[in-house]
Amino acid sequence: MSQETRSPQARPREAGTAPRHRRAHTLRTPVGVTALTGCLLVALVAVLGPVLLGTRAARIDTDAINQASSAAHLLGTDNLGRDIAARVVVATRLTLELTLLATAIGTVGGLLLGVAPAVLGRRAGRLITATVGVLVAFPGLLFLLFLATVFGVGSTGAVWAVGLAMVPPTARLVQNLTASVAGADYVAAARILGVGRCRLVVRHLLPNIAEPSVLYATQAAGGILVAFSGLSFLGLGVQPPQYDWGRLLNEQLNRIYVNPVAALAPGLAVVLTGLMFGLVGEALAQAGGRRAPRPRPAAPRRAVTPAREAAADTVPDAADGSLVQVRDLRVTFPGGRHAVRGISLGIGAGEAVGLVGESGSGKSLSALALADLVPHPGRTGARTLRFDGHDLRADPRLGTSLAMVFQDPMAALNPALRVGRQLAEVAEVHLGATRAQAAARAADRLGAVRIPAPERRARQRPHEYSGGMRQRAVIAMGLMGQPKLIIADEPTTALDVAVQQQVLDLLAEVRADSGAALLLISHDLAVVAQVCERVLVMYAGLIVEDLPVTELARGAAHPYTRALVGAVPTMTTDPGTPLATIPGRPPEPGEDGGGCSFAPRCDRARERCHAAAPELAGFGTGRRVACWYPVGTTAGASAVTTSPEGETAS
Amino acid sequence: MSSLELRGITVRYGRFTAVQDVDLLVPEGTVTGLVGGSGSGKSTLGKAVVGLAPRTAGRVLVAGRETDRRRGRGPVQLVFQNPYASLDPRMGIGAAVAEALPGPAAPRSRPFRGTPARARRAARDAEVARYLELVGIDPSRAALTPDALSGGQRQRVALARALAARPAVLIADEITSALDVSVQGAVLNLLRRLQRELGFAMLFISHNLAVVRYLSDQVAVLDGGRLVECGPTDRVLRRPAHPTTRTLLSCVPTLAPTEDAS
Amino acid sequence: MAAAAPRPLRLLRAAVRSPWCGFALRRTWRLVVSLAALVTAAFAMIHLIPGDPVRAALGTTADPALVAARRHALGLDQPLLHQYGDFVGHLLQGRLGDSIGAQMPVSQIIATRLPATLEIAVPAFWLILLLAIPVGMTAAVLTKDGRRRRGELAFTTVTGVLGAVPEFLLAVGLVAAFAVALPVFPVASQSGPASYVLPVLALTVVPAATLSRIVRVETLRVLGEDYMRTARAKRLPARLRYLRHALPNLLTSSLTLGGLLFSSLLAGTVLVEHVFAWPGLGTTIVQAITEKDYPLVQGVVLVYGTAALLITFAVDVAVAVADPQSTVRGS
Repeated sequence: MSQETRSPQARPREAGTAPRHRRAHTLRTPVGVTALTGCLLVALVAVLGPVLLGTRAARIDTDAINQASSAAHLLGTDNLGRDIAARVVVATRLTLELTLLATAIGTVGGLLLGVAPAVLGRRAGRLITATVGVLVAFPGLLFLLFLATVFGVGSTGAVWAVGLAMVPPTARLVQNLTASVAGADYVAAARILGVGRCRLVVRHLLPNIAEPSVLYATQAAGGILVAFSGLSFLGLGVQPPQYDWGRLLNEQLNRIYVNPVAALAPGLAVVLTGLMFGLVGEALAQAGGRRAPRPRPAAPRRAVTPAREAAADTVPDAADGSLVQVRDLRVTFPGGRHAVRGISLGIGAGEAVGLVGESGSGKSLSALALADLVPHPGRTGARTLRFDGHDLRADPRLGTSLAMVFQDPMAALNPALRVGRQLAEVAEVHLGATRAQAAARAADRLGAVRIPAPERRARQRPHEYSGGMRQRAVIAMGLMGQPKLIIADEPTTALDVAVQQQVLDLLAEVRADSGAALLLISHDLAVVAQVCERVLVMYAGLIVEDLPVTELARGAAHPYTRALVGAVPTMTTDPGTPLATIPGRPPEPGEDGGGCSFAPRCDRARERCHAAAPELAGFGTGRRVACWYPVGTTAGASAVTTSPEGETAS
Repeated sequence: MSSLELRGITVRYGRFTAVQDVDLLVPEGTVTGLVGGSGSGKSTLGKAVVGLAPRTAGRVLVAGRETDRRRGRGPVQLVFQNPYASLDPRMGIGAAVAEALPGPAAPRSRPFRGTPARARRAARDAEVARYLELVGIDPSRAALTPDALSGGQRQRVALARALAARPAVLIADEITSALDVSVQGAVLNLLRRLQRELGFAMLFISHNLAVVRYLSDQVAVLDGGRLVECGPTDRVLRRPAHPTTRTLLSCVPTLAPTEDAS
Repeated sequence: MAAAAPRPLRLLRAAVRSPWCGFALRRTWRLVVSLAALVTAAFAMIHLIPGDPVRAALGTTADPALVAARRHALGLDQPLLHQYGDFVGHLLQGRLGDSIGAQMPVSQIIATRLPATLEIAVPAFWLILLLAIPVGMTAAVLTKDGRRRRGELAFTTVTGVLGAVPEFLLAVGLVAAFAVALPVFPVASQSGPASYVLPVLALTVVPAATLSRIVRVETLRVLGEDYMRTARAKRLPARLRYLRHALPNLLTSSLTLGGLLFSSLLAGTVLVEHVFAWPGLGTTIVQAITEKDYPLVQGVVLVYGTAALLITFAVDVAVAVADPQSTVRGS
């Protein structure tokens, strides 16, 4: 996903999801309620069980040996005539006690070993990490059996065995968590500030690993309960006359023919209690926001107002020969968030058009909508969406006439497949080429984008390519057919300056060779200015200006375009003057006051700007602008604001 | 305020040499831009100065005196590239700035009672408020955690934290490259204004020559871990002596291709 | 001759520097260290037991002369270092000492019991893979992008509950259902093909449920990757997108995460064998622990531990071959 499509989620968190609020909210979710009820119930049984049923569970009745379930004995009796139901209830306390004790041993040991490498010196830390690394390779049960042998058969030995067996995996988890936090920039910043090692652990490390650690301990408690029961079940844990659920299971297993319920009941108790621990963990995870509760069903979707409909007709219909014709394109997300709010554009055959805007402006989504790649749950709608004479809404299959180049070449190629294969399959699927023909064409295309030794390179996987070379390979992939349009979404943002230049040159060259049109999306005006003939500027989901690239540097008519141009220093900016800034922030998708969306940040805004939204209208030859008072029309209109501080906290 | 002098800085990771024998002087109260392609070692050099990257050889002198490599608040502070990673997500922004203030440990965020430490705490809070105001953040938002702030605001807080440590030298490591275009200008303006007001020496690391040109008095060019060219901004950018500098210059995209003479 | 030497040397040096060689060296070294730790732990076990292990095994009333003789037979009267040397030396010759209880060489006991364990563990292993991968992938494809919320809930609930049930309880449940209530399969012991069904099933269900959850999550992650969008941009048919582009990527990451599952499967046989009175290694070790037959415990621990280490090693190598990128990146 590009940054663009992610931005709605990346917005600052609203006050409504503050931690405390979220905790209260979690308690009301089904998971929270179930976990809480389960906890109370188990605790109640553990406390009251032995008090109420203790004597009944211990009473030996030689007249009622090995009975099946009856009204008097719900689950029957054991070989001494004791009531099994009562024994299952009474065993709750011991089982829980031992489980919690072992969990405490495991958690404390794991935390100590896990945090130690961060606190101790490098050598001691490495030794601990290596030891833990060796220990986790062994399955828990084997470790358990080993420790059980050493500690001997019995509950004390079993508690230590089960608890210590939990130490290595816990330590490994804590180590990984600590390492990821310790590598974070904010810890580095604290180090530069001279924050001491202990303070670092207390103030920065522990708060950031506490939540996942507690979560893990809760879920591990479920595992410990099972492990303990397993040990008792094997006869290695709790010894008579004491009994826990595992021991009961062990005693009743032989009679499973005669009285299966007696064997199943303690087992069921183990499973249900284990599930409860899991649920508590789940609820804690939700409360901590690591797995946010599902958002409530979206608010009733705002009806899409046909306000702009009339205006769409005034848009000069792109010439009949144009390759792409888009009218009133919208991309909507659930909850009435309009990321793209009705844009119209045309791209002529062979034309190079730049689409410029900041993150959240909807530029990438517009491009993805053209290629029918809008990520779920976004929806695309348009009045006209034509490409090369086809209606894209009726037949979205573009085949090989459209090529896409994405932002991150490291992620855009499949790491598991050879590069040649990834190119060749386009020809196989769409052009009906044989495997050999397709492979030959793939090597040919790799050569066409100046990848040296293309036959050999085609057999390599993407990780053997450098960043610039991968982007070339992606471009080559688009050239497998005869593309009429290349959509490049921030193709150079992830690349080095020198490589950026090469990729831009390559795009220009490919366009000249193939005669394809180019839609280049970028946040960088200079990149667009280098390759394109025409620039579209997007702001808050709308195109606000459409101008020839030659006018960009000095002749922009929209205040936003002028501010964008002035905000970035170029090689000719006077170092003596402050840079242009745009105060405030762009509106969130769905936040629409009815006027021009840029008005709140515009120093040229008048009453009319706040009241009504200007349409994208013709402005001189081959230009369009959506502004009531474009720069250059009103006398005395100066350039953009140069207030020293923009974007101040409101 | 004082100058920063690097003498023979070398950073090696195993067999790989990231920075090789770099000598550089950032004079008192001026800005030196450090440019280079990715992998040229410019960020590593910045980290080596503050002790985040292991120095294999070389000395760092602030105001002519060698910096203490032991623990403690260094006279050099660094602002990181990514404002989403450089602030502790669990710590209020006020507490983050307070942590940087010289003096005893930062106050806990407990409501005041008539404790003896009350006055000290109030003074500290006033200092935090002053630094937040300095970078244009409303001090009443000091209790917020970073996730309530935008990228530009976070970078301002990171700047406030670095300045609160009263550094003699500030290193800015690509501080605008993670920000949106319209926010970039505001942060650059702020940095320039503060540098002029407070007069600290600054090493400004960036891959963007235009930004470096805008801010710096002097430009240093790194390539493959070596310093290949260093001189006054005007001279280096008008008459580059080294091929690497020329390549970097030719790769700067400009708004109006026609203006580009070279 | 002198002129010819540098070339192979250069090749060798290049090979040593390649990430593959580094990886092989690191993993082999880790295996060796782990094996050494295992052997040492197995040796140390008998000395860590509080009190006299021989007296513990033979009982407090045993004849002192007999105890002394057994101590001598086990070599426990030798200096510790000498004992360790002997232990490792014998191990290298395949000798694991004699069982205290059965008066038989431990290696012989293991040789007779190991096949029974493998006969249920190996089919269970394949069954887990054959069930979990298609099920997890299908579930992911059907519920991607938050579609079919109910189906997703049903899948996570069922696999979650199944994954929470310990193997031995599932085994007991299976016996109660399919051997007692509905006598389709035999209750216990090894006899004919039908007797394999319940033990294998008991070993399969829990890890398969857990692994299918992992596979689902991994599939969802892979489906959200940029290269899957590239595949969509190429207008590839769904079949190719899922099988050719998604499957290899999710296999490697699922196996990495699921690797531990397989070594714990081996340990799971201990409990399952106990339920079904299966004449494998699991019942042997439980018996040996209760009877304090320490040389036998030592032997079985060594076998289980080595098997677990080899499985982890094999999974690591398999993942590395399938996904060289992670090898180069990884530790």
